[in-house]
Amino acid sequence: MTDQTPLVEMRDIHVSFGGIKAVDGVSCTLNPGEVVGLLGHNGAGKSTLIKVLSGAYRADEGAILINGEEAAISSPRDARRYNIETIYQTLALADNLDAASNLFLGRELTTATGSLDDVRMEAETRKIMGRLNPNFRKFEAPVSALSGGQRQSVAIARAVYFEAKILIMDEPTAALGVQETAMVSELIKQLKSEGISIFLISHDIHDVFDLSDRLTVMKNGRLVDTVRVEDVSQDDVLAMIIAGQRPNGGQITNGG
Amino acid sequence: MSVSPTSGTPQSLPARIARQMELDVRLLGMVVALLVIWVAFDLLTGGRFITPRNLFNLTVQTASVAVMATGMVFVIVARHIDLSVGSVLGFVAMLMGAFQSQWLPGVLGPDNPAIWLLTIGFGLIVGSAIGALQGYIIGYLAIPAFIVTLGGLLVWRGAAWWVTTGQTIAPLDSTFLIFGGGIQGTLGFLWSWIFGAICMVAIVYLTIANRQKRKAFQFPLKPVWAEYTNAITLSAGVILFVGVMNAYPIPERAANRLAEARGIPVPEDGLGWVHGIAIPVVIVAIVALVMTFVARRTKFGRYVFAIGGNPQAADLSGIDTKKMTVYIFTLMGALCALSAVIASARLQSAANDLGTLDELRVIAAAVIGGTSLAGGVGTIYGAILGALVMQSLQSGMALVGVQTSLQSIIIGIVLVAAVWIDQLYRRRIGA
Repeated sequence: MTDQTPLVEMRDIHVSFGGIKAVDGVSCTLNPGEVVGLLGHNGAGKSTLIKVLSGAYRADEGAILINGEEAAISSPRDARRYNIETIYQTLALADNLDAASNLFLGRELTTATGSLDDVRMEAETRKIMGRLNPNFRKFEAPVSALSGGQRQSVAIARAVYFEAKILIMDEPTAALGVQETAMVSELIKQLKSEGISIFLISHDIHDVFDLSDRLTVMKNGRLVDTVRVEDVSQDDVLAMIIAGQRPNGGQITNGG
Repeated sequence: MSVSPTSGTPQSLPARIARQMELDVRLLGMVVALLVIWVAFDLLTGGRFITPRNLFNLTVQTASVAVMATGMVFVIVARHIDLSVGSVLGFVAMLMGAFQSQWLPGVLGPDNPAIWLLTIGFGLIVGSAIGALQGYIIGYLAIPAFIVTLGGLLVWRGAAWWVTTGQTIAPLDSTFLIFGGGIQGTLGFLWSWIFGAICMVAIVYLTIANRQKRKAFQFPLKPVWAEYTNAITLSAGVILFVGVMNAYPIPERAANRLAEARGIPVPEDGLGWVHGIAIPVVIVAIVALVMTFVARRTKFGRYVFAIGGNPQAADLSGIDTKKMTVYIFTLMGALCALSAVIASARLQSAANDLGTLDELRVIAAAVIGGTSLAGGVGTIYGAILGALVMQSLQSGMALVGVQTSLQSIIIGIVLVAAVWIDQLYRRRIGA
């Protein structure tokens, strides 16, 4: 596993906002078919780091390598070209539009005359939702009428439909109830089994511990460490998040 | 947010029907409100309100504001505002007046048949350019639309005065005047019915085409009775409208003069000509159709609504929101120019105060028609109905003899009340 070229490598990333170093020399990797949990307190810099990868922010310094080659990502459109899809914490859905309109937003299907092909978009949406969330029925309602889990599944369907190879999920279960969290967790396992590599960002260790292969922990804009889940306990990880302590004896796979 | 999640169970048939009726309830509410206003004024004026003559005038008076209101829907849906529309109308009307009466006749010779067309083309270009400029400042320089168009309100009104240093321009080109809906600016008996027939064919065609397409994908369909009810109600509305417009006769002397001008012999027992549908109303119908298509069937329209629903989401989806802002205001500017054609042709002159306070009428029409100032919500037909409600109130009060000062008070109260009722309704259905 260590010999393999990582699918994504973020190398020595620096981002500052008006003198505040939000991300200060952080490196991390994501291997094919792997789920990496990116952990840290609110304000640890994990969302900023990942927004560099998704094209929402630009790094002041550092490089992004996709399949070992340097990638130029300066907008969400660029990121999509590398099959990077992001599901944002704030849920990048337009509340007033229905599921199909949101799924295809910015990439609408059109008819021969160039007008929107809503019927075909709805058909495609029904198809993919049938795979991801078979209970989903509200195809004609605006997404404001959906529950948190249903909205999350629309956002995930959107990434999957456009053949994401690298999926970034920013606090995917933060706003959800117990049942819905379980549903999204199942979905993440399903995506992983389909070979999609996932960055899972969370401030809550319980959300990601069981789903991740490796965990990358940040504190105050710096990397604490990256560990394999099987090598550490939840308490070790908590110590990393809260105190910035590296676990004793935990195998360091990708030290910072 | 009172919508209960029905995860697991498929939506029941009554729930589906209720959802389909939801749109109709809003529309129905507005139509009922309009009818109540009409009947009330008819009673107050002793039967002078619901007459072919008054209804004809009402449609012509509504046209200019209605055209701009369709554009204002896009502007407000995208979370902007345009306070400059009345001034832009005035400025473009003055420029078109000078263009067709002072400049073009000198170049092409007086009464050249191309004058009206060139004038309208010129007006549309100027209106679009003004809109594009304002849209550029709003989108790219990131100055709020409220400020930019408030500036525009002053700038373009002032500019309108400078075109002729305040002089009113008259007369206008005789073909141009057709767009004002005067006696020469109507479809007449036969063409009104042909227009009505085209509308009905379109209604039936769109209903069937939409149903066929959903059928092909085996989607849930509206019940057939609902489709029939919709199509029949709309068609009945068209027939009633054409019938009423055709019941408004052209006074005999005016008809005779018109016949003479067109070289038609006048029969012994009179011409019996009627007005029929006014040209400005035809323009409104075409604008409404095009704008509805743009709103629902084009990427542009979809992006306008997406920006209004969640600007951040639109941006992250790769939509160029700055460019979209320029396009939205350009469209608004072009529609102002179209309204300038209607308004100046109706008055048969271009005066620099034309369109004063129209921005408030246009915004009120859009808002009464259900456009939410929070963005993301609004319909074209709603805005047109809103314009009709506003104009009905104004004409009705004038007919009753309500003082002008009292008229503004009442319209102001109605505006606030309409938005309040709309919000109560929205909260109840949880949208």
